[in-house]
Amino acid sequence: MAATTVTTQPGRASAGHAARRFWRAVRRNRKATAGAVLLVLFCLIALFPGVLAHDDPTAQIYPRNLGPSAAHLFGTSGLGNDLFAQAVWGTRQVLIIALGAGLAATTIAAVIGVTAAYLGGTWDGALNLLTDVLLVIPLFPLLIVIAAYVQNSGTLVLIAVLTLTGWSYTARQLRSQALTLRSRDFLEAARVRGERPLYIIVVEILPTMISLLLAAFLTNALYAVLFASSLQYIGLGDPNATSWGTMLYWAQNNEALQAGYYLQAIVPGACIALLGAAFALLNYAFDEIGNPALRPVRKIRSKHVQSATS
Amino acid sequence: MRFVLRRAGFFLLTLWAAVTLNFFLPRMMPGNPAIAMMAKFHGRLTGQSLIALETIFGVNTHESLLAQYWHYLCDIATGNFGTSLFFFPSPVSQVVRSALFWTLGLVGLTTIVAFLLGTGVGIVAAWRRGGLLDGIAPPVLVITSAIPYFWIGMMFIMIFGLKLRWLPWSGGTDITAVPGWNPAYIGNVLEHAILPGMALLITTIGTWTLTMRNNMVTILAEDYVRMARAKGLPARRIMLDYAARNAILPNLTGFAMSLGFVVGGAILIEYVFNYPGVGYMLLQAVQNEDYPLMQALFLLITVAVLVAILLADIATAIFDPRTRTAR
Repeated sequence: MAATTVTTQPGRASAGHAARRFWRAVRRNRKATAGAVLLVLFCLIALFPGVLAHDDPTAQIYPRNLGPSAAHLFGTSGLGNDLFAQAVWGTRQVLIIALGAGLAATTIAAVIGVTAAYLGGTWDGALNLLTDVLLVIPLFPLLIVIAAYVQNSGTLVLIAVLTLTGWSYTARQLRSQALTLRSRDFLEAARVRGERPLYIIVVEILPTMISLLLAAFLTNALYAVLFASSLQYIGLGDPNATSWGTMLYWAQNNEALQAGYYLQAIVPGACIALLGAAFALLNYAFDEIGNPALRPVRKIRSKHVQSATS
Repeated sequence: MRFVLRRAGFFLLTLWAAVTLNFFLPRMMPGNPAIAMMAKFHGRLTGQSLIALETIFGVNTHESLLAQYWHYLCDIATGNFGTSLFFFPSPVSQVVRSALFWTLGLVGLTTIVAFLLGTGVGIVAAWRRGGLLDGIAPPVLVITSAIPYFWIGMMFIMIFGLKLRWLPWSGGTDITAVPGWNPAYIGNVLEHAILPGMALLITTIGTWTLTMRNNMVTILAEDYVRMARAKGLPARRIMLDYAARNAILPNLTGFAMSLGFVVGGAILIEYVFNYPGVGYMLLQAVQNEDYPLMQALFLLITVAVLVAILLADIATAIFDPRTRTAR
């Protein structure tokens, strides 16, 4: 399990201190730095897309299927959109989905996972069963079925569907971490003070799990990005929205690969992969920061291990 | 034995949950899509298929919701999935059977290879901590696990199918190939399976390797591994019998859990490569608004995943004596 050294200290370090410690850990880990830089870059692009791309991404006014040029950095789409403008403006919708579904799913996971662990007994059994059932029902087919009934819904519905189906994996992780906290003294103290369970869960338990919650958010955000793009790619998103998945949908419809318009497929897919990599790198680095045993070892120790193997 | 029985009970419960979802989802949709759907199909559908559609959305019926639900459960239990709208008048169960063969071959085989290969790489990477494999594999695999499945497929088509023209990239066989147990046909099938299989392998292998490596790293620090070293046991024996055997247990559970993701990826891979399996058929059913077929395929995929999970549970029970005695 990740994040042991930082999370399980119940001591109330000041927020500023924790943030500084966190920042130092991110800077020291190369994977975390790479992920953080990528993510900040994408956030900036999503906030100010107009600075980079001057074309209207929805305007279908250019000659179709142009190759790359100074006027159209990535060429144009099969419908006459500027691909560079689409890629830049599309960042916004993907990030909204990632943040929205990531935050919502993590909230549900935290509430259900921690409540189950804290209350124990029948509650734990019931909530755990719910989590497990949802965990093993194949998610993507379920998403396809729901999306097929909903029919070309907007971003909000997409976020809601991704949230309701996607929280179970992280709920399980959070539950097992919360289980280790159950018998700690500071919780016993809160119980003796006569605090209500809700207060204890929100004010006492959750703050000690910050780094694990962050890791859960990264996992959920990554899956939201991948699943949302996949749904859009197979035509179950809004075909008029400006997003990377929709760009791929039109590339597929346009048979862009077969016709040799490779950029129409490469550009949006590379964007998804880069954003996904940002989340995945940060997440993996969190595992390393939280669990020192997983960190890359230095040469001296590796020699020692190898001599033991030979 | 109790462990396996408990898992079998869980299997049945989850199956029931999936069936219930299948029943209630179309009825829960806001804005009553059923009416819109009926209007759209009006005139195109008659008789049996209209009834099939009405049954799914629960309109034009005098039965109570509970009675409909009971009927649905009975139908599923007896293997009656209704009539496909698109492949009318074939019953759904017959349409599905042909697709199942392709998916089991492609996804089943690829998943097993990915599990074995990924676990193997994970074992070696953790054993040679700081070695070349350990330096390269984790960061690369972290990134490949974040790439959309279908995009890997598209890139494979572009590079190996269209540019280099090494391999076929569409369909399960050549259109002209005649089915039969002869080398030419089997070779043709295998040839068509390479690109989708590789695409699926690349995207799924990362999870196995990373989990296995991280488990191994934790286990290698255990006292019983140090003890084995102190006894002077051969390195290979420590690696496989002491460390790997214990490290693989969480990976077996992980196998069960990530199978759902593999299946999701397989759907997209089949779609990209026009591979005539269950996933491709599911997306076709969605595009043709063939709801009986879609429901049946969703159930079929769920059952397949659940069976695989049950098998993984049984394997865990065999490998891990603790599960046999606990509770």
